[in-house]
Amino acid sequence: MTPNQTDKLATQLINFLVAVVVLILLFLLGDIILSGFPHISWHFLTSPSSSFSAGGGIRDQLFNSLYLLILTLIISFPLALGSAIYLSEYAGDNWFTGLIRTAIEVLSSLPSVVVGLFGYLLFVIEFHLGFSILSGAIALTFFNLPLLVRSIEGSLHAVPDSQREAGIALGLSNWRTIRGVILPAALPGILTGIILSAGRVFGEAAALIYTAGQSAPILDYTNWNPMATDSFLNPMRPAETLAVHIWKVNTEGVTPDAVSISAGASAVLIIVILIFNFGARAIGNHMFKKMTGGK
Amino acid sequence: MDDIQSKLKSPSKASREDIFGRVISYTCIAAIILLVVSILYFIASRGLATFTSNHVNLISFLTGQEWNPGALDAHGHPQVGALPMIVTSFSVTVLSALVATPFAIAVALFMTDIAPKNGAKFLQPVIELLVGIPSVVYGFIGLTVVVPIIRQIFGGTGSGILAGTIVLFVMVLPTITSLSVDALRSIPSYFRSASLALGATRFQTIYKVLLRAAMPRLLTAVIFGMARAFGEALAVQMVIGNAVLMPHNLITPTSTLTSQLTTNIGNTIMGTLPNNALWSLALILLLMSLVFNLLIRYIGKRGAIKS
Amino acid sequence: MQAYDLSQNHIVMPPEEIALSTNQLQVFYGSNQTQSMTDASLSFPRFQITALIGASGSGKSTYLRSLNRMNDRIARVEGEIMYRNTNINSRQVNVYEVRKHIGMVFQKPNPFAKSITDNITFALKAAGITDKKELRERVETSLKEAALWDEVKDDLNTSALSLSGGQQQRLCIARAIAMKPDILLLDEPASALDPISTAKLEMTLKELVKNYTIIIVTHNMQQASRISTYTAFFHLGHVIEYDKTTAIFQTPTMQATRDYVTGHFG
Repeated sequence: MTPNQTDKLATQLINFLVAVVVLILLFLLGDIILSGFPHISWHFLTSPSSSFSAGGGIRDQLFNSLYLLILTLIISFPLALGSAIYLSEYAGDNWFTGLIRTAIEVLSSLPSVVVGLFGYLLFVIEFHLGFSILSGAIALTFFNLPLLVRSIEGSLHAVPDSQREAGIALGLSNWRTIRGVILPAALPGILTGIILSAGRVFGEAAALIYTAGQSAPILDYTNWNPMATDSFLNPMRPAETLAVHIWKVNTEGVTPDAVSISAGASAVLIIVILIFNFGARAIGNHMFKKMTGGK
Repeated sequence: MDDIQSKLKSPSKASREDIFGRVISYTCIAAIILLVVSILYFIASRGLATFTSNHVNLISFLTGQEWNPGALDAHGHPQVGALPMIVTSFSVTVLSALVATPFAIAVALFMTDIAPKNGAKFLQPVIELLVGIPSVVYGFIGLTVVVPIIRQIFGGTGSGILAGTIVLFVMVLPTITSLSVDALRSIPSYFRSASLALGATRFQTIYKVLLRAAMPRLLTAVIFGMARAFGEALAVQMVIGNAVLMPHNLITPTSTLTSQLTTNIGNTIMGTLPNNALWSLALILLLMSLVFNLLIRYIGKRGAIKS
Repeated sequence: MQAYDLSQNHIVMPPEEIALSTNQLQVFYGSNQTQSMTDASLSFPRFQITALIGASGSGKSTYLRSLNRMNDRIARVEGEIMYRNTNINSRQVNVYEVRKHIGMVFQKPNPFAKSITDNITFALKAAGITDKKELRERVETSLKEAALWDEVKDDLNTSALSLSGGQQQRLCIARAIAMKPDILLLDEPASALDPISTAKLEMTLKELVKNYTIIIVTHNMQQASRISTYTAFFHLGHVIEYDKTTAIFQTPTMQATRDYVTGHFG
């Protein structure tokens, strides 16, 4: 075989492999959407789930997922922001910074089930928080932190040093420069990072099974008292999320229409995540344009 | 001393702001370090309890093939042999990485060298979408599509290492691909032009120049993928069959470390041997993720020196 | 480039009132503490433009950045910097106050990604000026002083990033002088600008020197001779010669200076 023939053959092989990957994705999306869409109805989205009979909905699970996501972001964003500011603005080039980076790397490489089990051990059991939204949000924070820190640090890093110099040369403190100059300039990137991480948090289940729990008690959406046990706002109640629900109906096998519920729920999950992904890009681009004066 | 002179010598609002900023960011970083240390500490202390307070022999734990922590064997020892799960975990990890790597490198090459403009534009979202699909959805599709197909072709239940490998293959594919793209993009373009100028074909350039120059980083990409596969819990748990049996082929039900953990940790009582044994599995997972981490660093360092 | 005897120098003491001076200033960089500035002792006259010239790597920018402690985080600076009878190169001195009195404009225009007004008022607000009328006045005066007012007075709320490079640089000057500093340090402010913008900038500086002491680093010798009263010539981290600009360019004392200003190297 001449080199040219090998070249052609290799290119064809690569094209073939790429085509297979694209087909896999198309199949996945097609399968989720096609098998899930018929099951999505107003009834499906707004009725509570039922374990032992067909026709259950996903109302509470959907709400739990969103509530958990918001709580997680409320806890993890300030922590991640503070840490990212440390790494990007204050950290020197020394062994201590190396240690911190290693710690964050280790945290990000831990399997989410291990992170979930740690949350279970410490918060559910030791701190007696029980299976609760709060325990779940803390576990998800652990899972979310390293990625969020890294993406925020990246956005801060992308702001040119000349902006920092401009700030401190005016007699501003480093902190004021960071807050008033660096953060606003990094905002589009930070926001994109948050929304992308929101997508990951929304779909995560392994870290939640033993922290937020696998049961969805009936909620009273008119009870705005977060202390009441049946209030939808109560952070101390167990809360099965959409992703956990898919896992549970499939593994426990007592729900007669498990497959159609999972199909519908998967489709909802994917649609929400797609919205997050496209939203992140759109918002990032829009803000970038606005800040640079449309040029 | 005039006014300006005294101002120069005394702290101002700006000095206080800076202390404030330092305190805040140092606190956050301290919280993260505390978190990582306590994860390592708690999982380790629980996981070691099997050996320290239940006096299980470490060797027999790692090499035993019978897993039935509630029962005793003929010699009166608890049956906690984790080998079947260790073997299964490594099997699905290695197999899925082996299958995914050629696809990942092909996609990466397509994006960087074959069709750098349109290919990247089109395939970037494909990769991001594959990352974005939650693992339970992968598990669900594995359960409703992959397992039935295997059942039809090979008979049996359809669950097992093969099903796990197929599901994990799709899950690690985007991880390996995007890191491979970074690896190939980091090669300076004069490597390519020099090789092409010598009359090498594109394939020769790819094979003899690009892949070799990028090898350390491609290896780390694969290890990242393996780390993800090793730690993945739910998707695997849904298709692996969850029977703690030594796998003898690819299509009989078996169990990984993660699937055993997710299935049983809620069914055991804290402090008992069956529970401690599960924490030991978690400790293996934790240690393996540290090993993957070290490997990535080691290869990264060696690769950096070479170039 | 031949090797010159760097221990020889010719440094004058200006007879005018001195705004800022350095005594034996030394700068060390990096983990191995490479010395990049040796014993620089210069005095800068009040309300004059002093130019710092020299080839790249001569240490002129390093020296300039040390004057308002911009090198604090990246280098170790030793020696005295005297300002108002205070050694401002001391740990006890409030570096933020120093920078309020000694402003700086950089090589590349670096306006904030904010509106023109906010670029100027941001630091003023941080310094405690909250009165709206005062802020508006400071914006107008500083923009007028920087000769930018006529071009932007109708677009004060548009993004500063939509201005041209030359306009951005004059905005940076306006931003610095809005703080009402004593001294203005400029680090090759025209190097990123086209000839017309450069000419405008030089005009602006000649106006500003009536109220400010200006120290400017430039690699452009014509520029130095056009605008400055005094000139210091830097070479390999040493100040070789400091004198009236006319003396530097017409009757330099040192061989290195003579070679540099006649274009033998640099």
